[in-house]
Amino acid sequence: MSNEQQVIDESLKKDYAYGFVTDIESETLPPGLNDDVIRTISAIKEEPEWLLEWRLKAYRHWLKMEEPKWAKVVYPEIDYQAISYFSAPKKKELASLDEVDPELLATYTKLGIPLEEQKMLSGVAVDAVFDSVSVATTFKEELKKAGVIFGSFSEAVKNYPELIKKYLGSVVPYTDNYYAALNSAVFTDGSFVYIPKGVKCPMELSTYFRINEANTGQFERTLIIAEEGSHVSYLEGCTAPQRDENQLHAAVVELVAHKDATIKYSTVQNWYPGHPETGAGGIYNFVTKRGICLEENSHISWTQVETGSAVTWKYPSCILKGDNSVGEFYSVAVTNNHQQADTGTKMIHLGKNTKSTIISKGISAGQGQQTYRGEVKIMKGAENARNFSQCDSILIGEKCGAHTFPYIDVRNPTAQMEHEATTSNIGEDQLFYCNQRGISSEDAVSMIVNGFCKDVFKELPMEFAVEATKLMEVSLEGSIG
Amino acid sequence: MLDIKNLHAGVDGKEILKGLNLSIKPGEMHAIMGRNGSGKSTLANVITGREDYTVSKGDILFAGDSILDWSPEARSLAGIFMSFQYPVVIPGVNNTYFLKAALNAKRKHAGKKGLDAAGFLKLIKEKLIEVSMDPKYLQRAVNDGFSGGEKKRNEILQMLTLEPTLAILDETDSGLDIDALKIVADGVNRYRNADRSFLVITHYQRLLKYIEPDFVHVLIDGQIVKSGGKELALELEEKGYNWLES
Repeated sequence: MSNEQQVIDESLKKDYAYGFVTDIESETLPPGLNDDVIRTISAIKEEPEWLLEWRLKAYRHWLKMEEPKWAKVVYPEIDYQAISYFSAPKKKELASLDEVDPELLATYTKLGIPLEEQKMLSGVAVDAVFDSVSVATTFKEELKKAGVIFGSFSEAVKNYPELIKKYLGSVVPYTDNYYAALNSAVFTDGSFVYIPKGVKCPMELSTYFRINEANTGQFERTLIIAEEGSHVSYLEGCTAPQRDENQLHAAVVELVAHKDATIKYSTVQNWYPGHPETGAGGIYNFVTKRGICLEENSHISWTQVETGSAVTWKYPSCILKGDNSVGEFYSVAVTNNHQQADTGTKMIHLGKNTKSTIISKGISAGQGQQTYRGEVKIMKGAENARNFSQCDSILIGEKCGAHTFPYIDVRNPTAQMEHEATTSNIGEDQLFYCNQRGISSEDAVSMIVNGFCKDVFKELPMEFAVEATKLMEVSLEGSIG
Repeated sequence: MLDIKNLHAGVDGKEILKGLNLSIKPGEMHAIMGRNGSGKSTLANVITGREDYTVSKGDILFAGDSILDWSPEARSLAGIFMSFQYPVVIPGVNNTYFLKAALNAKRKHAGKKGLDAAGFLKLIKEKLIEVSMDPKYLQRAVNDGFSGGEKKRNEILQMLTLEPTLAILDETDSGLDIDALKIVADGVNRYRNADRSFLVITHYQRLLKYIEPDFVHVLIDGQIVKSGGKELALELEEKGYNWLES
């Protein structure tokens, strides 16, 4: 057996380090989806009538839609009637961390992300989303002083209905796609961020999503609005407990950047990828993320480190409407064992002198299958638009696969497009070369993978870069020492 | 230092080395010469423990211990170094990082503390001068976009940094122009001392003009058929290998 194969086989044996279930009493709706379920969710959330109507319209639209089958992923048919669409820890509306269920806090401690410590050490405000309901929000006061609104989506519906009404579905309409329609009908909670004109958000905003209830689909809704000249960096990170049944996650994230505004959205995702040998029980992550650079000189940047989930279907995108606006997509995706990912981005250039950059790094190990699917569209009015795309894949072992589907649609002759793509593998040659210099195979793989991901990792906020490396280690452990 | 006893070894079930004997003492420089396919590179790969090569008979002793069961990294840490015939490109990993990881693995093995970035940089700058390499190479990815000569100099730089007791130079002269050849040879010559041994594998006598071996061995069909002093290399240059074939 080759050295390389051994390393891979060892990585196959590692269990999911974050697989545990927190025992908190939950309020859960019985499985099934119909008008009544949606009415119940809306009632529990004490939502205004217009929002209920919007949900119902989305639901009716969803009923007419077909689940998309074009992605290069394979999974058993999902029974949408077998999913429970609402689950909430019983304690709600907590004023401070002291009131948070100690079990929940212990969960975060296990994950290495204690709220208190984060609060004190890193200056990161944490809005802890735990099974659909926000249970703790810190740093609110400081943000309030700056005029920044950061909290749960449900609260925002109550406190800032006019903002929600104006922007909800404005970037991702409920008609957009199957999962976005489903999310619009049944979303339970999420985060809401509003940065007023000219404000540079004083801290990085962070939310930890965590799926904790068996058979409860997670339908998060996130909306970030950056007014003229404002600046915000938002961090999203996830880990989930081990499960036997597949869990569906269909979130929607909408970003709106006004004139001269910048939104930087970073994700580190490490949901349960399924049983290492069979692939059973992993999360299905079917997410719609899109931002619009609404006015001139606006800037949206997506950075993602995707190490988890059994099946990923995710294309964070930018609509570059304002002149001189900039869209960026930096991605590292890991598929190990039986993981499958079909991920990429869309850059839609509408405004003049718009610029987009795509850096995608895919790592496949075990029997992982990974697809980069990206679209760059230069519309007629987008004079002097520029795009640079670089899609690199690295293969570890012989049973995995990497696929690249770049779509380019240029309707304006002044566009400048650059596309680079490479596929390489961590070959026995490289490992032997490192071994001959006294470096173990594990350290060699780690070094090579980190070198490969460098261009993306450097885009992450400092404290997140550390976490990214840590989460990468969990998913490639054995092959990433 | 190195004792190879009746070594039979091969790759993919094919026997390439057929009873090779070789003994290298501390401070000695040995050259192995032979045609393509005679087993020269197989010998280098077997000594360094490359996975695909299997030893069916015989033994390799390093400083008195049989190393046949040792992993490639264990052999490296014990002091065996190979300058590769084709140095491997590692995209994305910068040369400094790679060298530092290698050096610190070795230091840790020896029970010493790893060098920090500043300490390492000081050390490496001195070594760079010895092989006339521009410090900018440190910032480049390992062997990525290096010319043939740069790759070989980089190998010698690694040797000087890791300070092995046995250095195997596998076809180090191939792909070198005369200036680079001199630089590499100077680096090797300066590194020679009473405790360090060398095994130089080469086609031609070219490199041996600059690095004078104590012993020259001729490898034909997996066996050493003739050994002699440095004058043997000149004889080979003149007569070729045919006269040695039975």
